[in-house]
Amino acid sequence: MTGVRQISVFASNRPGKIAAITGVLAEAGINIMGMNIASSGDFGVIKFLVNDLEKADRALREKGFTISLNEVLAIEMEDVPGGLHRIADLLYRKNINVEYSYGLPMKPHRNAILIIEVEDVEQAKLLLKNEPLRFLSEPEIQKERG
Amino acid sequence: MFWQKEIETLSRDKLSALQLERLGRTLARVYERVPFYRKAMDGNGFRPEDLRGLKDITALPFTTREDLRAGYPDGLLAVERTEAVRLHTSSGTTGKPKAIFFSRRDLDQAAELLARCLVMTGTGPGDVLQNMMTYGLFTGALMMHYAAEKVGILVIPSGPGNTERQLDLMRDFGTTVLHITPSYLLYLADYLARAGLDPARDLKLKRAYVGAEPYSEETRRKIESLYGIDIYNSYGLSEMNGPGVAFECAGKQGMHLWEDNFLMEVVDPETGRPRAEGEAGELILTTLNREAMPIIRYRTRDITSVISEPCACGRTHRRITRIAGRADDMFIVRGVNIFPQQVERVLMAVSGVAQNYQIILDSYDQMTVRVEIQREVFDGHVEHLIRLKNLIIDRLRSEIVVRPEVELVEPGSLPTFEGKGKRVIDRRTM
Repeated sequence: MTGVRQISVFASNRPGKIAAITGVLAEAGINIMGMNIASSGDFGVIKFLVNDLEKADRALREKGFTISLNEVLAIEMEDVPGGLHRIADLLYRKNINVEYSYGLPMKPHRNAILIIEVEDVEQAKLLLKNEPLRFLSEPEIQKERG
Repeated sequence: MFWQKEIETLSRDKLSALQLERLGRTLARVYERVPFYRKAMDGNGFRPEDLRGLKDITALPFTTREDLRAGYPDGLLAVERTEAVRLHTSSGTTGKPKAIFFSRRDLDQAAELLARCLVMTGTGPGDVLQNMMTYGLFTGALMMHYAAEKVGILVIPSGPGNTERQLDLMRDFGTTVLHITPSYLLYLADYLARAGLDPARDLKLKRAYVGAEPYSEETRRKIESLYGIDIYNSYGLSEMNGPGVAFECAGKQGMHLWEDNFLMEVVDPETGRPRAEGEAGELILTTLNREAMPIIRYRTRDITSVISEPCACGRTHRRITRIAGRADDMFIVRGVNIFPQQVERVLMAVSGVAQNYQIILDSYDQMTVRVEIQREVFDGHVEHLIRLKNLIIDRLRSEIVVRPEVELVEPGSLPTFEGKGKRVIDRRTM
């Protein structure tokens, strides 16, 4: 299965901080496919799934942002009642702890993409290898996203 | 290595006798020539000829910064203006500056003291000293300049700033010694790292004299390992010649204060009463060997204590401990006295934290410490940042008793300092 990388940005919790980051991405012509904010009072970590990771990385570094790249799992999720539960239950049975998660819509199939972030992504991939799940690669997300 | 071995290793008895003799001369001189001191002595019923022992000095009032300001421009001068050959001023944040005059002999004496310091720490002919302190009304750079020339060291009078050119000078002329402020030295380390330079490999530095701003032992060790050099603490103030009043020897265990030139006392900063030997308090200095502008019992506002045990280096002049803080920098939160240096000490010992910090005081029962995280420790996990933050809070609470708020901020987002750093922002009195 192919890994999907997201870019995380450290940010003080101040008005205009997100706009400062998205401004850099917009100027660099980067499309944001998914986004999630993990906040802890005075600071937070903003995570982006983008169409051009290298370019986003370069643009944000140049502007002095504190960033980190890490791999996440992108799993196709049926857009029906119980769709998320099927995956969550599987993760539970494999004893995989989810740190962060967010969903993306998918265009042609009325399905969705679930992005999950775990402490040990390599181990999670190994544990889920033989399960009936569809993992999406970066190009696949770009193609299938709604 | 000694510059003036005889005087540097004079027996304690002889040193005390010399101090008493010089104190007597100094008091007689100011009584006769400086109305401010004559009035002070008369007011306390003291005449210079009453002096029997060094302890008798406690009968005299202190000289404060305010007294020096009130005497501006030349009210405390003990010679004719024509006999003074150098003027330095020390600016306060408010009000008039303090003006300090030096005669030709005073300047030569100041250079001798600092020459002792240079030689004591292994600097000598063949060394190249890049003097990155401010030349001008501030004493730091000029005093070092003359002392280094006296010893026979090549001096590069670069002054501070223009980091690119500083680096060129260091490389082109093989600088071995720096005279610099701690905040600029830290800034320079960051600059070198960004330029992809390794000081141990790309420069010839052996040691640095770091002063003019307080910094902690942790900061010293951090800089020493960043550069692979020795850092020697120096203590001085413009009112007392500038740098070289006290200096570390190779042992790096406290700074030898040149007692043939200065008489020291340590007092309670609140009451002015003498502290017991070895106890911390405000350092009080009297010049013993100055012509143009002797100063009696000057309140330095610096907190230190005296180390009376003999030093392995053989010098008999007693040492003072690293300055614990300025009596004026101390702030109070929930009734606890706190020095910024305590906070710095804790932060420097936590890995994952950069060199810059800020203390914000918004109320009398809460302080906030802003800390820059290091770029390299950020791995995208908010839990790891929370863990770092909690670690800092715990360490600070055990050091300063008060539990502070801690804000983690982005690297480079706090102001960096090329000169004197202002770390505490007190909004409580506004």
